[in-house]
Amino acid sequence: MLFGALFSTYVLLRTGSETWENGAQIGLNIPLATINTLVLIISSVTMVMSWASLKMKNLGRYKMYMGVTILCGVIFLIIKGFEYAHKFEHGIWPSTSTFMAIYFTMTGLHGLHVIGGMIVNSYLWGPGSKMWKTDPERFTNRIEVAGLYWHFVDLVWIFLFPVLYLLPGK
Amino acid sequence: MNDAHHEEVQSHVKTYIKVFAALAVGTIVTVLASNIHLGIILGIIVALLIATVKGSLVAAFFMHLSAERKTIYWVLVLTATFIVVMIGLIMFAREDQQGRQQGIFAVPQRHVPVATSE
Repeated sequence: MLFGALFSTYVLLRTGSETWENGAQIGLNIPLATINTLVLIISSVTMVMSWASLKMKNLGRYKMYMGVTILCGVIFLIIKGFEYAHKFEHGIWPSTSTFMAIYFTMTGLHGLHVIGGMIVNSYLWGPGSKMWKTDPERFTNRIEVAGLYWHFVDLVWIFLFPVLYLLPGK
Repeated sequence: MNDAHHEEVQSHVKTYIKVFAALAVGTIVTVLASNIHLGIILGIIVALLIATVKGSLVAAFFMHLSAERKTIYWVLVLTATFIVVMIGLIMFAREDQQGRQQGIFAVPQRHVPVATSE
């Protein structure tokens, strides 16, 4: 509902403005954002594969897939960091325009969700994985729930990408 | 672990790979479609349609929604309805306000010219 409210804010700001910028026109990096979209999709696949590995009683493979998921999260944030740094270097801030305000709000909040997911995933990859020895079924369920959250983060980005980067301006 | 269970999980894994391929293709198609000048309305519809298909794939297969009970579907339908109503109410309010400013709902005022005497 939080992102639902922000998407409705976007709709209201867009329809209420005389003009609206297109992402590419104001210098948003479409190739980098496309790579980031693919990185998040890969991370979603590796997340679900880590769960499937536990279902097949293979902890080693789980660790590999979960490690790749965390790595994808790091790559996503680094690319996002490059994008933000490029904007700041050119004097583009949230206060620059209505578009940039909603852009930084939505991508920033999404980035915080990515960081939150990475913290949980890192715990489940490291110290949290000890539970596999004592209660493997419960641990598998934990991975499934963590996966639901991570897929949600991917789901939000699937809509953020076209809305902020690709939709035509007016 | 029995073989039947192992094969079932293996078949799930094959599905995940297919879904990943579909999502990757969908992403490329979205970017390519944005380079075609479809106009504002059609451009928005195409981009959001592809995003909805991609989002549905993630929810159905990665989040295992396709195997969930009907109750879960109804909760999701309710959530989606709330979002549509929330956005709709704001849009109606804005259109109403704009209509007043543009005179659509304004009461016409009769202009009475002042009589001038020579």
